Amino acid sequence: MSELSVNHLLGIKYITEADIQLIFETADHFKEVINRPIKKVPSLRDITIANLFFENSTRTKLSFELAEKRLSADVINFASSSSSVTKGETLIDTVNNILSMKVDMVVMRHPNPGAGVFLSKHVNASIINAGDGAHEHPTQALLDAYSIREKLGDVAGKKVVIVGDILHSRVALSNVFALQKLGAKVKVCGPKTLIPKYIEKLNVSIETNLRNALEWCDVANMLRVQNERMDISYFPTTREYTQQFGLNKKILDSLNKEIIVMHPGPINRGVEITSDVADSKQSIILEQVQNGVAIRMAVIYLLASKIKHHED
Amino acid sequence: MFYRIQSILNTSSLKAKKNVFLLSEYNSELPMSQKVLLNATEINIALNRLACQLIEKHDDFSKTVLIGIQPRGVFLAERLKTLLENEYKIKNIKLGYLDITFYRDDFRRSEKPLEANKTRIDFIVEDKNVVFIDDVLFTGRSIRSALTAMQSFGRPLEIELLTLIDRRFSRHLPIQPDYRGRQVDAINGEKVKVCWKENDGEDAVYLVKN
Repeated sequence: MSELSVNHLLGIKYITEADIQLIFETADHFKEVINRPIKKVPSLRDITIANLFFENSTRTKLSFELAEKRLSADVINFASSSSSVTKGETLIDTVNNILSMKVDMVVMRHPNPGAGVFLSKHVNASIINAGDGAHEHPTQALLDAYSIREKLGDVAGKKVVIVGDILHSRVALSNVFALQKLGAKVKVCGPKTLIPKYIEKLNVSIETNLRNALEWCDVANMLRVQNERMDISYFPTTREYTQQFGLNKKILDSLNKEIIVMHPGPINRGVEITSDVADSKQSIILEQVQNGVAIRMAVIYLLASKIKHHED
Repeated sequence: MFYRIQSILNTSSLKAKKNVFLLSEYNSELPMSQKVLLNATEINIALNRLACQLIEKHDDFSKTVLIGIQPRGVFLAERLKTLLENEYKIKNIKLGYLDITFYRDDFRRSEKPLEANKTRIDFIVEDKNVVFIDDVLFTGRSIRSALTAMQSFGRPLEIELLTLIDRRFSRHLPIQPDYRGRQVDAINGEKVKVCWKENDGEDAVYLVKN
């Protein structure tokens, strides 16, 4: 197979295992490209991409922008805080106005779940979801699984625990879909209040004791507590959360095996993970960031190859 | 008889001079009409000649690197490297693979999606004499892409091109080989197929008619 089964990347839910493997194989080539003296290929020189960020982002936005530039695409950026959205323009109007400037692809982050799916039905461009509310963040899940594959050789058969604020996390949901499609076993761990009600329906087991979870797993993906999304108190104090679910060197060293520690960023050092763990050799946090560019190049390249070339 | 006449008519003028194509060479088991342009012995002679020509120009290869163009040029490049090392006792030949997929000019224009291959250049090309190695030179577009791709790795002193088969009269770009195994006059509907023992089970070059 050498073509994706979809025209948009809206979520891991909508793609197949073969799609994921194709993205990984393509990312392998791009990882080699971004380690060359000149880290750029001219493939997408006639493609224009709009990055629409209706919600704040540092690393995802930079990573996408870098990936687009490494592929020689033309890039325009948009942040909702400095735009006409604040004047009351609708999403479709905003995007159609941008598309009328001959844009081929849209990378969008939006606070509402399903914003990407909605947009893909109403506008004529390839859509990449860069995070929609607490729904999905497909490129993050792809780069997480790709980093596991790089470190452990394969994702199939591996045990991964996702620790922390599962309820507000789009990374968790996309990770569950991606890891399961690739044949890994997934467990979630966190305070009961931060675990969504129906998560077990996705064949995910729940563990409320961090030590048990860590003893079971090969990889621990530590998520950030998303205070900005919490309208009520989900746990008594941050200190108490850290004591029960924070990963520190002591608990990591007391395990009878070396597990891999991941974090999608941004890190709240001292809350979900201590500094010495984040900077330890078991942590692959910075590899994740580097792989993010290669994965996003692969996704953009594969989706762009499905946009038909017009003579006019 | 019909096949024989047709084959002779289609045989290139250059080839017709050297060795006239015989009906016995025609393999009737193959689905499409195809004939042998070079057999294993002739390939071997051509490889030895190409190796000698490379030595004539590049001496001990201390300032020279070989680059096989992915996917099919790699087999020829590996062969030449082995030959130079074993038969001509040249040591430390640097050989890399270059994939040109992301540099091609037909992205989104061809029906078939383009599939990438591995690039492996683990040496410095800056100020080196680079020899591109590919099996068939046809339109010249792959080599144009390879020239662009090479820029990502630095500024070589010079770049030469070696091909086993040079298809005349089919160039879209002003690109010609510096070393050639055999020149072939094939019309556009025909295909030149290069088979290698390690990949296809035999050493042979065929002209395939659709």
